[in-house]
Amino acid sequence: MQKAILAKKLGMTQIFDEVGRLIPVTVVEAGPNTVIQKKTAENDGYDAVQVGFVDIKESRANKPQQGHFSKAGVSPKKYLKEFRLENAAQMNVGDEIKADVFAEGDFVDVTGISKGKGFAGTIKRWGTGRGPTSHGSKYHRGPGAMQGASNPGRVLKGKRLPGRMGGTKVTVQNLRVVKVDAERNLILVKGGVPGPKNGLLIIKNTVKGRR
Amino acid sequence: MDIVKSIGQEQLRDDLPQLNVGDTVKVYVKVKEGTRERIQMFEGTIIQKKHGGINETFTVRRLSYGVGVERTFPVNSPNIDRIEVSRKGKVRRAKLFYLRDRVGKAAKVKERL
Repeated sequence: MQKAILAKKLGMTQIFDEVGRLIPVTVVEAGPNTVIQKKTAENDGYDAVQVGFVDIKESRANKPQQGHFSKAGVSPKKYLKEFRLENAAQMNVGDEIKADVFAEGDFVDVTGISKGKGFAGTIKRWGTGRGPTSHGSKYHRGPGAMQGASNPGRVLKGKRLPGRMGGTKVTVQNLRVVKVDAERNLILVKGGVPGPKNGLLIIKNTVKGRR
Repeated sequence: MDIVKSIGQEQLRDDLPQLNVGDTVKVYVKVKEGTRERIQMFEGTIIQKKHGGINETFTVRRLSYGVGVERTFPVNSPNIDRIEVSRKGKVRRAKLFYLRDRVGKAAKVKERL
């Protein structure tokens, strides 16, 4: 992992590029992330930094957290996350990671918690087909047959059935960074990203081919 | 939400005339052909306007060799060189889809004087 940042989803809009094409973008408030703790190869066996994002009131942090943040000499943060950054060994506690770690044209993976859909049937959750709507049919949106009655005589694991949908960790890969506004800590990413507005996002450079 | 809106606000154009549904307009569009850029004109009646802010679009309908052609443009697109309103229309609804079913004189929009 070379670059990473914690961010907040602000919403979607569209912008025109230099050729005049209309591009759908998600606006993301990226950072500033503060380095809270440093992990080193001698101490911990690997190099990494723990970063915090979004200031909270001193009174909202419990005693162990207050100790952790006061040791770093920074105000308490809402979110903490550890990144094995490439230049982790050169960073110090109190350093800030800003939106300009990413540049226009970079490709990133964006991770978030998807919107919860509640208890969903197989059509919405898995995209299965449906039964006939009419002509005497009474089987409309059911999940269909389970498996053979005597062979195998049980329902196989992983059978696609109704249940809770959404609210899980989802990563969207290979999104292009359309624009970076370092002054306002904004990153504009092409396309949609998981989660609701104001949801926490983790932006990393992509693991897939295009870098 | 304000930040998202402000990103659209930066790209809004203020050099275009006020467009209303029913108006007859000439839209001069920049067309790229390889490396050359030229300007193409599309003339017709505005039959709808949609959305707002940076997402705003308008649809122009014209009859080309007896075939109805509709083109939808983003209002704030940099590909629009300029727009000329050649005739203001007098209409009583926001969407003029009824024009699609009409030909000849019946497909005309009254002029607002």
